[in-house]
Amino acid sequence: MEFLGLRIDMFENIWSYRELFIRGIWVTLGLTAVGYVGGFILGLIVGIGKLSKRKWIHYPAKMYVDFFRGTPLLVQILLIHTALIPSMFGHSLGFFVSGSLALMLNSAAYNAEIIRAGIQSLDKGQMEAARSLGMPHNTAMKLIILPQAFRRMIPPLGNELIALLKDSSLVTVIAATDLLYAGKIVAGAYFRFWEPYLTVAVLYLILTFICGKLITYIENRFSNSYVPSSRKSIFSMRRSEPGGGLR
Amino acid sequence: MIKVRDLHKSFGQLDVLRGIDYDIKEKEVICVIGPSGSGKSTFLRCINLLEEITAGEVFIDGVKINDAKTDINDIRREVGMVFQQFNLFPHMRVIDNITISPIKIRKMSEQDAEELAMQLLEKVGLSDKANAYPEQLSGGQMQRVAIARALAMKPKVMLFDEPTSALDPEMVKEVLDVMKQLAIEGMTMVVVTHEMGFAKEMGDRVLFLDQGLLVEEGTPDEIFSNPKHERTKAFFSKIL
Repeated sequence: MEFLGLRIDMFENIWSYRELFIRGIWVTLGLTAVGYVGGFILGLIVGIGKLSKRKWIHYPAKMYVDFFRGTPLLVQILLIHTALIPSMFGHSLGFFVSGSLALMLNSAAYNAEIIRAGIQSLDKGQMEAARSLGMPHNTAMKLIILPQAFRRMIPPLGNELIALLKDSSLVTVIAATDLLYAGKIVAGAYFRFWEPYLTVAVLYLILTFICGKLITYIENRFSNSYVPSSRKSIFSMRRSEPGGGLR
Repeated sequence: MIKVRDLHKSFGQLDVLRGIDYDIKEKEVICVIGPSGSGKSTFLRCINLLEEITAGEVFIDGVKINDAKTDINDIRREVGMVFQQFNLFPHMRVIDNITISPIKIRKMSEQDAEELAMQLLEKVGLSDKANAYPEQLSGGQMQRVAIARALAMKPKVMLFDEPTSALDPEMVKEVLDVMKQLAIEGMTMVVVTHEMGFAKEMGDRVLFLDQGLLVEEGTPDEIFSNPKHERTKAFFSKIL
């Protein structure tokens, strides 16, 4: 059976490589998770830094964003893996360290912009009201501004998660054994390209689909719906963890 | 209690306040009136440093507030502020809007703060709304919660920045009634307002500001019945 050169029987061969693909999925998920969590925390710091009135905080934060948003991720991965890490440690620390570090530094730049915009989109009366009650700036940020801004950041932060998951495929250039790498191995072994890469594409699609569902769930959970039971659960979360759903 | 000396405020090239001197005594209700752009809101916002003071001095209970050594957060704890746009925290229930500052800033126990909040809600007539979210309230109710929130810090003075200007007409009275009650209880109040009726009835002194200057001040009787300055007369001829 053949369609546009696609051979259905090839999928049996791919099935025999399933463990490679499954391991690839875990590597991809691991790189994405570490990159995303690190990128969120670093992005929060850089984003708030960009809002600072102090020049010595604002400008480094701005330069950070300009650099990591203005250069290709692929170049950043190569710089970190082949130059930065070896010159710091004398040898490579493996693709996972370099790869997740590059993804983290890169996504932090995008997250910083999302976080900055989310904070700036709030009415300035919110900060004024908090300050007028005697809250110091950082307390007001933590209790009043960030929990509200975070809700507005969920959709763009979700986009960022999906983008990062897909961008993580770039780490194959430093011989990471991620999902795309599994496809490459099979492609090389059989000298067939349609089926392995299609399999990879479908697997990425499934992963991003699951991420999308997760984001929708989080969005609903933190939405401004008036259903008392759901509002109550948000509230109890906030109560037990000051700082809102940020942690 | 509040001493304002030669207060200047500029936004870039624009001089909004051009030298204001005034003393506010304890338990006085001061109503600040004037045309829009006269600087009355800016004057109020300078009293708790929501606006940085360009020049001059403001003292509250003898403490110079625009001094580098003064912790502005300590000052603001003693100065309640009610905004035109209410500025309730939309992600918190009404009761948490009120208790958050006493708990986090005054280090009050949660139980005491909730008790205090319920007393204050009773006072503003909203005890049944403790568990509501701000979006579920009308404008008048939101503003009454905002007043309760400011009172929860047990301030020595309350500032009101056009508290009824964003309200539908039928909700103005419920807010003014709460303010009247406060005035009767002896709260020191500075009220920027367009409600001349409130100024006449409750004001101990009325300040007329125009173009960043304190043009005229006196008892409501003096200002409303017998304004001396041409600009005051012109203002009343336009609005009354």
